Amino acid sequence: MKIVLSQASRWYGNVVAVNDVTMTIGPGVTGLLGPNGAGKSTLLHMMAGFLAPSGGTVTLDGTPVWKNHHIYRNIGLVPEREGVYGFLTGWQFVLSAAKLQGLPDPVEAARKALATVEMEEPKDRRVETYSKGMRQRVKVAAALVHDPAVLLLDEPFNGMDPRQRMHLMDLIRTMGAGGRTILFSSHILEEVERVAQHIEVLVAGRHAASGDFRDIRRLMTDRPHLFRIRSSDDRRLAARLMLDSSAGGVTLRPDGLEVQAVEFRRFARLLPQVARTEGIRLHEVSPADEDLESVFSYLINRSA
Amino acid sequence: MNPVVAGITYRALLGRRRIVLLLLLPLGLLGLAVLLRLTGNADQRYATLLMENFALGTMLPLLGLIVGTGVIAPEIDDGTVIHLMSKPISRPVIAQTKFLVAASLLVVFAALPTYLAVWLLVRNEDGMAAGFAAGSLVAGVAYAAVFLLLGVVTRHAVTIGVVYALVWESLVGNFVPGARKFSIQQWGRTVADQISTSVYLKAEIALGFAAPALVIATVVAVVWAGLRLRAFSLTGDE
Repeated sequence: MKIVLSQASRWYGNVVAVNDVTMTIGPGVTGLLGPNGAGKSTLLHMMAGFLAPSGGTVTLDGTPVWKNHHIYRNIGLVPEREGVYGFLTGWQFVLSAAKLQGLPDPVEAARKALATVEMEEPKDRRVETYSKGMRQRVKVAAALVHDPAVLLLDEPFNGMDPRQRMHLMDLIRTMGAGGRTILFSSHILEEVERVAQHIEVLVAGRHAASGDFRDIRRLMTDRPHLFRIRSSDDRRLAARLMLDSSAGGVTLRPDGLEVQAVEFRRFARLLPQVARTEGIRLHEVSPADEDLESVFSYLINRSA
Repeated sequence: MNPVVAGITYRALLGRRRIVLLLLLPLGLLGLAVLLRLTGNADQRYATLLMENFALGTMLPLLGLIVGTGVIAPEIDDGTVIHLMSKPISRPVIAQTKFLVAASLLVVFAALPTYLAVWLLVRNEDGMAAGFAAGSLVAGVAYAAVFLLLGVVTRHAVTIGVVYALVWESLVGNFVPGARKFSIQQWGRTVADQISTSVYLKAEIALGFAAPALVIATVVAVVWAGLRLRAFSLTGDE
């Protein structure tokens, strides 16, 4: 099944949370990547029928999802918030999901779903005694109990320990390989890279990039990089670097150089060469903008 | 009506120490009735005073508020309601189920103790026990619906509910006769008066107004709550 967003926007008063997003989420695993506050949850809530688009449309195989409870036969939703009744046991919680789905054999479906997330052993304990990772798995089991064609997960790896994270990643990959349409949101590129075949990048409410992880990696490494360099002769180094096309600009500061490298790979080869031939000693070379935020801000400026 | 939704709602409301909260007021009512009986004041006048001031005037609106908002507001607050709403069940059915749970709890924790308290005092003289129990029942049903709606439309349901029950129904209602016309409590009294023939029981609102008002308030509130749930939005923190 396919979720299609067509020029979907959502605003709250003057604040635009999601701005004119058009994308199609098809079978396989799609990662929705973006920094915190980018509108990922808003977008996901619109896909899950928990938020009306202020403009544009959101459809599941052609049917609008808003105010349409029938979509939940085909959608499983794992919300970011806890959203689990603490007074129920894991078993009761998943079984209630199976019954609410109106499945012919809810007991068997609940058993299977709990097995899928490897939660059979603690299933008779109350959810309030679970760790965060266990709650997350029980939520996934409840979302999977009716074997939905579409699974939406909002920041599913948040608060999980590395082992639980690995396990859920494996689970998502397996389900995606089985032909399900899976979308999960995350603000961590490495997470998305490891699980998703396809990545949609959302920055400041806008659809900034789309592609497989290689495309997204390339986008992120081919962007202009800013380096801080301290050396034995900053002025001479600056003059030499500017002769090459890979350096877009050099600022000479009292405490060193700031070099804007427009071609990352070429610049990475150039710098040591120049230093050697000119006999300049490099004391420090550090990227000034390697954090994800600046990567995202580059993407958004590029798409603007 | 969805049995799974009802089951979870009952457990949320009655589980753990919550049930104590619901038992406190009816036990207080029965305690007062016993006290009146022991002090030799078990007559129709005192029964009417106790019922009008405590059973219908205080206990019922408070229980209505606790139960009516309690069946949905905490779930909306902590996000657990998503578990019910992300299922192929129509949202109005969820609202109706929550309403039925609230109404049934008010029968058990308000109407039944009301009957018992009157019975302790005067048995069913002049149909008083049946009258007050019936009044408490219909008013309880209306409270359940109205406070359920309040729990769906606002996060400040309890505050607004307290203001309505205590300020509007009790305070304003005491001084401004016109305000009594729009008071669930007064409609309940009308029904009680209709069934009981006791001279002490005098309702101010005519049945011709109170009966339709009860029905309309209940139906409109439940339908409206269902419509609001249909358009339930998760705004999150973004």
